[in-house]
Parts: sequence; structure tokens; C-alpha cells
Amino acid sequence: MKSLIKFMDSFGAILLAIIWIAPLLFAFWAATHSTSDAVNLNLLSPWTIENFRVAWSGAPWLKYFINTFMLVTVILIGQFILTTLAGFAFAQLQFPGKNFVFILVLMQLFILPEVLIVENYAMVSRLGLFDSILGVGMPYMASAFGIFLMRQAFKGVPIELHEAARIEGCGLLGILWRVYVPLAKPTYLAYALVSVSTHWNNFLWPLIVTNSPETRPLTVGLSIFGAPENGVDISIISAATLMSVAPLLIAFLIFQRQFVQAFLRAGIK
Amino acid sequence: MSSHANLERRRQAVYGWLLLSPAAVLLTLFAFYPSIATLSSSLFSRSTRRKPSEFVGTENYADLFADPTFWIVVKNNLLYAGITIPVSIFIALSMALWANSKISARGFVRTAYFTPTVLPMIAAANLWLFFYTPGLGVLDQIGSLFGFASVNWLGQPETALWAIIIVTIWKEAGFFMIFYLAALQTIPEDLKEAADIEGASRWTYTRRIVLPLLMPTTLFIAVNAMINSVKLIDHLFILTKGGPSDASKLILYYIWEMAFAFFDAPSAAAMTIMVIGVLGVVAAIQFFYLDKRTHYQ
Repeated sequence: MKSLIKFMDSFGAILLAIIWIAPLLFAFWAATHSTSDAVNLNLLSPWTIENFRVAWSGAPWLKYFINTFMLVTVILIGQFILTTLAGFAFAQLQFPGKNFVFILVLMQLFILPEVLIVENYAMVSRLGLFDSILGVGMPYMASAFGIFLMRQAFKGVPIELHEAARIEGCGLLGILWRVYVPLAKPTYLAYALVSVSTHWNNFLWPLIVTNSPETRPLTVGLSIFGAPENGVDISIISAATLMSVAPLLIAFLIFQRQFVQAFLRAGIK
Repeated sequence: MSSHANLERRRQAVYGWLLLSPAAVLLTLFAFYPSIATLSSSLFSRSTRRKPSEFVGTENYADLFADPTFWIVVKNNLLYAGITIPVSIFIALSMALWANSKISARGFVRTAYFTPTVLPMIAAANLWLFFYTPGLGVLDQIGSLFGFASVNWLGQPETALWAIIIVTIWKEAGFFMIFYLAALQTIPEDLKEAADIEGASRWTYTRRIVLPLLMPTTLFIAVNAMINSVKLIDHLFILTKGGPSDASKLILYYIWEMAFAFFDAPSAAAMTIMVIGVLGVVAAIQFFYLDKRTHYQ
């Protein structure tokens, strides 16, 4: 009886797992076979990399990759600087108006940048940043979530270390840089993984703010490439899709444990 | 001494505001000012070449309420939330219970569940396109084995929104699983042992011990799922574009369409304000719940 239950458990779990990765497997199947073989699920048909070649030459993918890479880097650097400074101020300094401002910051957690697309678009245009990578990244840099995360991390640093550094003659920024930042390394790593995978995958905002292949990230490029108006067939779309998810997917498979830990650390504050 | 303390306090205030200022500037530019500007733009008429915009009070809101599409979209989004939230929570819980139990191929199972989380919604939509395409799609192929007629899942009003819902659940369940998994690992082993000694069945143990202990996690996940039911709309751009005849259109997509396809900024602003209102209620729920959680600790 007990082994039967155990068998049913394994069976159910594995069945669900197979269903869950089936879309990915089918995309892989479609991408590596000719369209007609893919559609007919002809299991013995020959493998091909022709679809990847066609997909690759169908759009400036390299440029898209570079754009996405630049975008996540710019956002991450901005976020690290801004959230470190603000998080430190909230965690370790006493000044009038602090609590009020902190509540304002927390409010931003619920006013999602996605919802404010219209006015943010107007703002980016006003700043002359329309169709630039900085324009795509800027609204995300002062992330309330990041500020909150850093504040929590810095609050956990023992005050004795702070005092010791001060007695050694370290200035406030020196203390932040030499004591707090090194101790918060796991939080930075977690935040980086979450931030990179969020912005690698972001679509709606870049769609609105970019207008040329020079700035367009992968997700927007992929959506244009796969648009039905372009009459691209399923094998080639699958190849393009796999290409554009490959870097993040491979990174995930290698650093799976860190990814999961990162999401956890970021989620449970 | 008191002058020294005074100096220190002033120094901290200066430093505090200096350190905050970069974040404060960006938050003002991209969150606070836009929120207020949205509110004000929702109260003014649309400016045309002939007529500059003027204050119209709640007229934009009244227009929206009179717009049948708006109600279709609201209804769609309610259904979208009403299905994706409980179903993805349930699947996430099942996944976590499985991924936490001693089954074979556990590593594979966990990876498979979590993988959709790292894919962009646009890519997910492309993958699912291969399932939904009439005639060629995997679903139709399987259906034809059993003699079912070909179904245009994305092209008919009765199924389009459901097709969208399935992709969303597929995308977010694995993400929610992780939070359950973490919570499950904090449940002490002795509870299981005690339940075994008492002769409690596995079902009783799950229902009476595990589920209540997971309650805070469930609430946390529910809030996230609620936010997602507003936010996750990227796949609409690939799969249905809100069609056919608005059957799968969701609010954020409609806001985008209003603003960037119909160039009706005031209506988009009015809808945005309503969404912010709903999110505010969600925020209130979460603060209330956070209070509770600290209370229990």
C-alpha cells in the first residue's frame, strides 16, 4: 500500500513535470526539424539547424542581444548605486522626515511602473530619452523593492562593526563601502539575479519606449519577428524563441540553486 | 556635549538627505509625479488641434462606464484573476508537496516546474502558439487522434481568454512553488512523527497541520498573484491581441491600446487611476496581513 502511494506520487509529480516542460520540448523539436516534419510529429524525420540559420538572418539578433545585455547592466548598476545609498540612509541614519519618506517609497511598491506607462512615456520623452537604453532603464533604477531589500540587509549588520570603523577614523561613506557593502554580498547577488531575469524578460515598457533596432531589446525584437503579419512559420519562430531564451535558460540550469535561493531571499523579506 | 550631539544630529540629517536624493529624484520623476499627472489628466478632456483640453471633472470616468468594451475588459480581468489566482496557488502547492517529498527524479521535477519562470512572457506565448494553432497545433493533433474536430483556440471568443489563462498559470505556478517549498522546509520533522504515532492519515496531516502552517505563505502568494493578474499581459500581444471581438482583452492591455493605438490619453489615465485604486486595496490587505504575521511571531 505504502509503496503504491509512493509510486502514485512519483507518477503524478513526473507527469506534471513533463506537462510543464512540454511546450519547451515541442519548441525544441520544431526548431530542429523542417516545418512539415515538425507539424506532423514525424519522429523519424531528420534533424536540421536550418531553422536557426534562417531565424538568425531574419533579424538583427546580435544587436538585440547587445541591447538587452546593455539594458540589464545599466539597470543593475543604477539600482545598486541608488538602492545602496537610500537603503543605508533608511537603515542607519536618523533624520527628520525619514519615516514619512519611507512610507512614500513603500507606496511605490504598489504603483507598478507597468501601470504608469502613459505618464512615464511622457516623462521619458520630456527628458529626451525616448528610444534610448537609458530611457528604458531609468524608471526601474530607484526600485522601492531594492531599497527595502538593502535596508533590511543593512539593518542586520552589527552596530559594533560600524562603531569600530568609525573609531578607526572611517567616514560615513567609507563605513558604507568597507563594512556594509561587503557584508550584504549575498543580498546583492540575490537582487542581481532577480533584477537581471526580470529585465531580460520585460516587454511592455521597452515596446513603448523603443522605436528602432538600435535600442530594441530581445523581447520586443522577438515579438516583431514572430508577428503573424510577417508570415513566419512555426519552426522558425521556435528557433528564434529558443535562441533568445537560451542565455538565461542555460545560466539558470547551471546556477539553479542560486537562482532559487535568490528568488526566495528576494521574496521573503 | 549637547552642542556635539547637535552637530552629530545635523550631520546625519545632511547625510541622510544627500544619500536619499538620487533615489528620491528618480522616484519623483517616475512614480510620484506620474501618478499625480495621471490623476490630473484623467480629469481633463482630450486635447485636439481645434480644442485645447479643459477641465471636465469625472466625465472621462462616466464615458468609460458608458463604454461597453470597458465592462467586457473588466469582466475578462475579473475572470482572469478569479481563475489564475486559485488555480496557480493550488498547482504551486501540489508541486511543492511533491518536490518536497521523497520521490524519484526529484531534481528533474523541481527544475521542470521552475523553468517557465525564467522565460520571458513573449517567449512563453511563442511556445504556446505551437500548441494552439488550429490544424497544425499540438492540441489539435492530439484531438484528431480521438476524432475531435479542429478547434481555433485563440480565434473564437469562447476559448481565447481560457487559452491566455492557461499560459499565465503555466508561467507563474512554478514561481509560487518556491515560496511553498521554503515554507515546507521550516515545518519541524517531529510534527510528522507525532502525526504518524497518533495514526493520522497523510491527508489529515496535510489538511490539519501543513496547510494551516502554510497560511501566511498562501496569503503572500495570493497578493503576488493578484498583482500578476493586472501585470501579466505580454502574451496577449502575441496570442490574441485582445481579440476576437475583445473576448480576451485585459485592463492593462486596454490602457496600452487606449494610449498608444487610439491616442486617448484621458481615458487611459482614468483607467490607470482605477487600477491604482484596486492595487491600493491589495496593498492595504498586505499591510494588514503583515501586521498579523509579526503579531504571531
